[in-house]
Amino acid sequence: MSAPESDHSPLLDARDISLERGGKLILDRVSVQIPPAEVAVVIGPNGAGKTSLLRVLLGLWQPTRGQVKRRRGLRIGYMPQRLQIEPVLPLSVRRFLTLRQRAPRAELVAHLERVGVPHLLDKPVQSLSGGEMQRVLLARALLNRPNLLVLDEPAQGVDIVGQGEVFRLIDDIRRETGCGVLMVSHDLHLVMAGADAVICLNQHVCCTGRPEEVSRHPEYQRLFPTADVQGIGIYKHDHNHVHDLHGEVHDLDENGTGGSHGCGHAHHHGQGTPKR
Amino acid sequence: MIEAWLDDFLFRAVLAGLMVAAVAGPLGAFVVWRRMAYFGDTISHSALLGVALGFLLGMNLNLMVTIVCVAIAVLLVILQRRQELASDTLLGILAHSALSLGIVAVTFIEGLRVDLMAYLFGDILAVGTSDLVAIAIGGGIALLLLVLLWRPLLALTVHEELARVEGVPVLAVRLGLMLLIALVIAAAMQVVGVLLITALMIIPAASARRFASTPEQMAFLAGVIGMLVVIAGVWGSFQYDTPTGPTIVVAAMLGFILVHLLPARLLPQFGGR
Repeated sequence: MSAPESDHSPLLDARDISLERGGKLILDRVSVQIPPAEVAVVIGPNGAGKTSLLRVLLGLWQPTRGQVKRRRGLRIGYMPQRLQIEPVLPLSVRRFLTLRQRAPRAELVAHLERVGVPHLLDKPVQSLSGGEMQRVLLARALLNRPNLLVLDEPAQGVDIVGQGEVFRLIDDIRRETGCGVLMVSHDLHLVMAGADAVICLNQHVCCTGRPEEVSRHPEYQRLFPTADVQGIGIYKHDHNHVHDLHGEVHDLDENGTGGSHGCGHAHHHGQGTPKR
Repeated sequence: MIEAWLDDFLFRAVLAGLMVAAVAGPLGAFVVWRRMAYFGDTISHSALLGVALGFLLGMNLNLMVTIVCVAIAVLLVILQRRQELASDTLLGILAHSALSLGIVAVTFIEGLRVDLMAYLFGDILAVGTSDLVAIAIGGGIALLLLVLLWRPLLALTVHEELARVEGVPVLAVRLGLMLLIALVIAAAMQVVGVLLITALMIIPAASARRFASTPEQMAFLAGVIGMLVVIAGVWGSFQYDTPTGPTIVVAAMLGFILVHLLPARLLPQFGGR
């Protein structure tokens, strides 16, 4: 780790960002700071400008007003919302991972193993399921040894059981590598449980703070009237089994070698029916 | 020895065709991957405008065609960004306007009797030694550009935003691709004509897909298949006294059908994944 990573200045510092596209105001004086080693989650209803904000923060779009400061030496690992590759392009997972930078096979396997899909290395990318693709995308984002992970709807197209797994994985990786995480999601329960900071967006920043604070905020409750105030707490509990990639349930033994860990992680129990 | 061969119009024709196919195939793979077939068509249709301008200004035709094709391509990209009209409408307008404008302009030039058919459908049997040199230079630059741009272009094709975040200079790479397409069109014009150039790019590439398990294999095989198709086409044209450009495209089509009729287990697979 290089020197500038030890300080606590924000990884990204966006001040008074406004964005207009096609004469329409999409973001209105949005200020966001992403501190190192924290999980920041942007939530908001459809059309709130979540993905637009992400694009501005990533530098893909220029804001109409305001500016985004990046910390020196910032390495972003980006996981896009979805990735569809034309079937006419023959591309293996291995080739996909090394599109930008070459890496030895062992390193690729290690990264795939970290996200739980080492067996996919030589498979065509088009053959992956939604959950497998998300994991491969995550592995690719990690290859660059990022100090900021940016994830756009990371659980998109993943079944309810797999969603908890994806969020748990992201949380683990954050713990292991100390990278900051910026995530956009509409899935309030699963995401807010693991967040350090929640930014509630609806063109402007409605409210921001720790998940408990935001969930009690009147603006939040107005935007998400069905959101259960207690809801975010429900999923924070220890449990005695894990679901693997295929949704199969494995009991954890005494040592917890079932693949899980001791800390309470976001996990959905009520609706996830294990499938075979 | 070589000079004696170059005196043979049939040899020159085949050589020109092989050179064009060797670069049109691999580039065609990108055209197929990026769904640019109609885009390629539009640009090649505007090549005739380049021919007319070349005659008017007394400039090298290949150079003028390249310049006009790049200009139309850039115009297209700018118009597409405004998103007022759907992409295919825009392409349709430009393709047919450019073609008609080219034909009108060519017939307007006084004292010049241009064989329009030669430009529309190619006149490979009339390829001279200087044409060969022009094709070699244009094709060579295109192939070199393709090799240099290969990795960023592939990254861009898979996911443009991801590529940008990872530091690919997207605009420069896209402009490079435009230049590449324009160079190949200028080189291929004499072989199959402006109306059929896209066929020489996408049909071999589409045939190569069934054999390939990596992007590189597909591009390489597209080049090889394109070259076989040119040989078959020139031979067929000689044998049955048919126009060469369309005969080459017919050969490409027959090859495509053959490849897709073969059961998968009979297809050779090249290398591992």
